[in-house]
Amino acid sequence: MNRMLAIIEREMRKFFRSPALMMASMIFPLVQLLVLGNAFGGKIRDAKLGIVDQDGGTQALKVREAFDSVRANVRTFEPIYYDNDKQAMEDVRNGKIQGAVIIPPQYSRRVYEENHPRIALIVDNSDNFMSSALEGKLTELTNALNQPAVEPRLLQKTALEVVELYPYIEYMKFLLPGSIALAMFVSVMIGGGMLYIDDKARGVHEGYLVTPITKTELVFGLNAAGAIKAVLTGVVITVIGSLLSGVNTLFNPATAVGLLLMIVLTSLAFNTMMFLLMVRVEDPLVPRAIFGILNTLLFFPSGSIYPIQAFPFWLRAIAKVDPFTYAVHGFKALLLKETGLVAVVPDMIYLSIFAVVTLTVATPLFKRTL
Amino acid sequence: MIANANSRSDEPNSGSRPDGRDTATANAIEVEHIVKKYGEFTAVGDVSFSVKEEEIFGLLGPNGAGKSTLIRMMTTLIPITSGKARIAGHDVQKEADAARRAIGVIPQALTSDLDLTVEENMNIYAKLYDVPAKKRKAAIDELLELVDLTKWRSAQTKTLSGGMRRRLEIARGLVHSPRIFFLDEPTTGLDPVSRVAVWEMLTNIKSNRKLTILITTHYMDEADRLCDRIAIVDHGKLVALDSPAALKASVPGSNVIEVQFNNAPPDWEQRLHNLSGVTSIKHEGAGMYRILTSDGSRTTTELVEMAVHGGVAVKSLSVQNTTLDDVFVHYTGRQLRDELVKAYSFVMPSRPGLQP
Repeated sequence: MNRMLAIIEREMRKFFRSPALMMASMIFPLVQLLVLGNAFGGKIRDAKLGIVDQDGGTQALKVREAFDSVRANVRTFEPIYYDNDKQAMEDVRNGKIQGAVIIPPQYSRRVYEENHPRIALIVDNSDNFMSSALEGKLTELTNALNQPAVEPRLLQKTALEVVELYPYIEYMKFLLPGSIALAMFVSVMIGGGMLYIDDKARGVHEGYLVTPITKTELVFGLNAAGAIKAVLTGVVITVIGSLLSGVNTLFNPATAVGLLLMIVLTSLAFNTMMFLLMVRVEDPLVPRAIFGILNTLLFFPSGSIYPIQAFPFWLRAIAKVDPFTYAVHGFKALLLKETGLVAVVPDMIYLSIFAVVTLTVATPLFKRTL
Repeated sequence: MIANANSRSDEPNSGSRPDGRDTATANAIEVEHIVKKYGEFTAVGDVSFSVKEEEIFGLLGPNGAGKSTLIRMMTTLIPITSGKARIAGHDVQKEADAARRAIGVIPQALTSDLDLTVEENMNIYAKLYDVPAKKRKAAIDELLELVDLTKWRSAQTKTLSGGMRRRLEIARGLVHSPRIFFLDEPTTGLDPVSRVAVWEMLTNIKSNRKLTILITTHYMDEADRLCDRIAIVDHGKLVALDSPAALKASVPGSNVIEVQFNNAPPDWEQRLHNLSGVTSIKHEGAGMYRILTSDGSRTTTELVEMAVHGGVAVKSLSVQNTTLDDVFVHYTGRQLRDELVKAYSFVMPSRPGLQP
């Protein structure tokens, strides 16, 4: 027990002496939170939409007025008038404008005749997000144009009323749980992965192995030290991240306790996973090389930046075993929904079982000799 | 010393031996037919030797000779393929922990933690060796005094020079008062002044406490100066084992003449052989000859006369007594200094900004 504490003591002293590790493991997730949160969170604004009016009639004017009102209000797009549909299409193709609307000849007459009036939207569908935003806005516009001047007293159509359970959640808040988990992962990757292999390569472990320390003491000591570093990182990021993205649930004591529990269990699960991956590695390049792969493989399928329900089955399978998924789910429940502990108990159970299983597999693989 | 004696009496089986060590375990280290194989490759093949209590024993050999493998088997770091090693009476395979408690090990690489202070480094190892909290401080104080690092005790290790770090590691290895001390190339990479300081310190420690020391080294002068007995290892085998003086005496010829000629004729080597007292000749290229002889002055006189008559110019000439270098060449057929250029695989570079 004393020997295990000596291992932990060494790691912690080193950790506090070199703040670079702490900084590195915290700055990466914070930068991601700030940049992704602001880059992806916003609505499309000031897109350039070409308009070719080949009709020139009163109904076409009505459409143009609608576009102008969009520019004046939500500013999704800014209409640019073209004389020539060929030129407009060419400009969409080479990216000068993001889309083009063509009001064909005879449009106004067809409206009055009630004979299938159409307007065309040309989009650059290599950019999904932009084209679906333009489509959405224009569908809204045409629906408004279709609205009869006098509405029938009894509506035959079924309307969908959406009930939102929580106040509006910005993308940055949505990202926060993922960023907390990522911070702990980076801390484990550096503190439990890279430094561990570097120590091995420098011969520090050779020093341990000639002392009477037992295998269990060594394994538990190394894992506990790695997990403690991740817990410290997790706590700091939870506080800073909450303040940055304006999540105030942290100040509820019950939620804070739940968060701390989640942070501890996540740190343990991540660190034992890393320990298992690194238990037989000798080359200090390996953890550096697999850093990016692991990050992509574990962070992105976790549902922290895109919903799991949108994944193909194989990606869902990864999400199912990925400890990240459970960590993100737990943090999301506590931070954004304030569900209380009951909702995150399954996450906690999974993370605990995951830690126990990985450690049980890793311990026999750990070599007490060189 | 007092701490040393106390910890000895704590050992459970010390009572069974009268006086601790003069019955079955008169030898501190006993190695019997030890073999280490990596797949088909034999790193150490059937080596046997023993080291007496309080002896300084040197393992000498070129790189890849198996020195480090041997020391690692004796210090429980790698499993033994076959054979036996007993450290302070404990079989390193069956009673690894007891063996570990009896030994202090200084690995070849500098492994002290750069971010920790001198005292913290010592403290952590004292804890790893279960040195009781009460004795810890006294033991550390005494050792730091011994290696002359007392005034650096709260300095971070990265501010120390290489020689000071080595001294810290020597102190660290002694923090639990071991009976046997293993040092794997303790002065490799140190400047000459630091090397001498380390030697003096080791002699000093040796005179202070009852300690058996096993040391591996590349340096002949180091082995000559420190060791009571030397084993020369080559290709995983023991090729010679004796005291430095006896080893030197075992080399035929008592002097070495190193001589370089300009424009030596082709039959020159044969003619050199015919000089009186010459036991062996080695041509080292560029007109340089290394001649072993039983009578240095006579051979030299004859050699110079022969050169004058034959019109061969002598570029340089030196006559020396046999050194351990010659012993090494005699037993392994190559010069040790050729082996000093190390072929490392991957070694972590030291952190930038360190003191040299």
